[in-house]
Amino acid sequence: MGRIILEQVTKSFGDVNVIPPLDLEIEDGEFVVFVGPSGCGKSTLLRLIAGLEDVSSGQISIDGRAATELPPAKRGLAMVFQSYALYPHMSVRKNISFPLKMAGLDQAEQNKRVEAAAKVLNLTDYLDRRPGQLSGGQRQRVAIGRAIVREPAAFLFDEPLSNLDAALRVNMRLEISELHNSLETTMIYVTHDQVEAMTMADKIVVLRAGHIEQVGTPLDLYRNPRNLFVAGFIGSPKMNFIEGAEAAKHNAATIGIRPEHLSISKSEGQWKGTVGVSEHLGSDTFLHVHAKDLTSEPITVRSDGEVDIHHGDTVFLSPQDDKIHRFDKEGLRIS
Amino acid sequence: MATQHSKSAARFMISPAVLLLLGWMLIPLSLTLYFSFLRYNLLMPGTEEWAGFLNYRFFLTDPAFFDAIWNTLLLVGGVLVITIVGGVLLALLLDQPFWGQGIVRILVIAPFFVMPTVSALVWKNMFMNPVNGLFAFLAKAVGLEPFDFLAHAPLSSIILIVAWGWLPFATLILLTALQSLDSEQLEAAEMDGASWLSRFFYIMLPHLSRAITVVILIQTIFLLSVFAEILVTTNGGPGTATTNLTFLVYAQSLLQFDVGAGSAGGVVAIILANIVAIFLMRMIGKNLDA
Ligand SMILES: Nc1ncnc2c1ncn2[C@@H]1O[C@H](COP(=O)(O)OP(=O)(O)O)[C@@H](O)[C@H]1O
Ligand SMILES: [Mg+2]
Repeated sequence: MGRIILEQVTKSFGDVNVIPPLDLEIEDGEFVVFVGPSGCGKSTLLRLIAGLEDVSSGQISIDGRAATELPPAKRGLAMVFQSYALYPHMSVRKNISFPLKMAGLDQAEQNKRVEAAAKVLNLTDYLDRRPGQLSGGQRQRVAIGRAIVREPAAFLFDEPLSNLDAALRVNMRLEISELHNSLETTMIYVTHDQVEAMTMADKIVVLRAGHIEQVGTPLDLYRNPRNLFVAGFIGSPKMNFIEGAEAAKHNAATIGIRPEHLSISKSEGQWKGTVGVSEHLGSDTFLHVHAKDLTSEPITVRSDGEVDIHHGDTVFLSPQDDKIHRFDKEGLRIS
Repeated sequence: MATQHSKSAARFMISPAVLLLLGWMLIPLSLTLYFSFLRYNLLMPGTEEWAGFLNYRFFLTDPAFFDAIWNTLLLVGGVLVITIVGGVLLALLLDQPFWGQGIVRILVIAPFFVMPTVSALVWKNMFMNPVNGLFAFLAKAVGLEPFDFLAHAPLSSIILIVAWGWLPFATLILLTALQSLDSEQLEAAEMDGASWLSRFFYIMLPHLSRAITVVILIQTIFLLSVFAEILVTTNGGPGTATTNLTFLVYAQSLLQFDVGAGSAGGVVAIILANIVAIFLMRMIGKNLDA
């Protein structure tokens, strides 16, 4: 069980208000991702839930129990830190069994749970090594192992993959998703990487400067971003924004169109421009088109991998009409 | 840079330093060795003659020798225990954020800069003196009989004085070690349900173990040769109660004018110190590898 409710939670460090009043409900078994740019208060929010920081005001409840005043150990949550925070002088086995030892479980039970966790995480052969003798991915798994043996109400992850190389990150992403599918425990996952958020989350919470900008499923945010910030943050490559006369034609202050919803042609289309940099990924090509009449920023277009368009070519872009997002002067979506 | 040419140039450049150090160490060492095999008494100059191992037999069978070894061990051990336990506690305290932290940290290191003779004199005359001392004053203030520290607990008093001088050193090294502990480890332990004591014993102390071994090694080297504090306060007495090996060597050569026996004592002290050093090195090697 892991239903977590935050009511009017705020946090200030001295005079600096990092989290303005914030409400959030996390359902049992959900995979929730907090995503936002660096320094927006994601870690702080997670640490408030964990109990590592005290809230300045507001209430936190976990499973219907008031948890605001509870010390971290009593909240029944387990956390995986960005630096893994493994105990360097203990073997992997001792690391994983540490929470069990602190809980006073007998040795046989400890061993049983450690072996089980090690099996799930492919760590059986490494139980007697020290963390220093493991690779980054293995350390990550030890940290997860230490979290799962406690059978917590919810897992908290703070940018757990940011110290891994790209290939390993994709692997661990899948492993964590699989772990969530098999444990069906609530997981709260913090990241600044919207790809991680989109691929893993049941529910994404987009944060900016401590504010919740939007909460929703990944596709929800992709299809109906509530404002310019969310529209620009979710989706890769970024949505293109166009202001001015072209936007006014759509009765909006700004219109947004995603690179994948633009078609490109050498002969005809709505908007004219010249091709700048093109990025060939094999499966796709991202073309940066300069259309000075529309916007000073280059417009990104996603096209198929074999496209025969080169630097300096004059091209025409056509947006899919039903995929144009319209925003008003305040940056809010007009629906 | 590691060409043949630069290597020989480097050797040439460091040779004066190496020669100086060699002379510095070898000449006194060989002279000591040489004297230790002579019958050499300052009261009878010109009568030096070969004595074989007589000096060693004399020194090693002297009951004062065993007292001195025992006292040396007590002194080293006592000071180590006090400075490490006290140093860890002080480091924990100084690691807490509080107002005026910077100044307090500088003040804590101050005793380290006080010369041993001076600190011993201050302790002897201003604190421990049974008539004028601060402790006597305090005892009288609460209606107790003043305690004559240096007469009734001489070795403990000296241990206290020496420990006072070394406490800042231990504190400083342990404090820096404590500050290098990743705070996420402590937070992880907190989430794992570890109480403050468990965090101390399972996380902080293992993290400090390396610094503690370094403190033990460095202090042991210096504590084996404590001399000034003894000379200034008790002169090795009463009896041999505060005579350590260093002081015994001094007493043999300069109070009893027997340079031969003193030198033999010096050689014995060197051998003992090296045995201790080997043990310490092994301990440290193990600890530094991990
Ligand atoms: N202990 C602290 N003291 C003062 N300011 C802090 C502290 N922790 C975080 N902050 C500030 O709070 C803001 C949010 O930090 P954080 O939650 O770590 O951001 P994120 O994890 O989203 O990158 C930052 O501006 C940071 O400087
Ligand atoms: Mg962070």
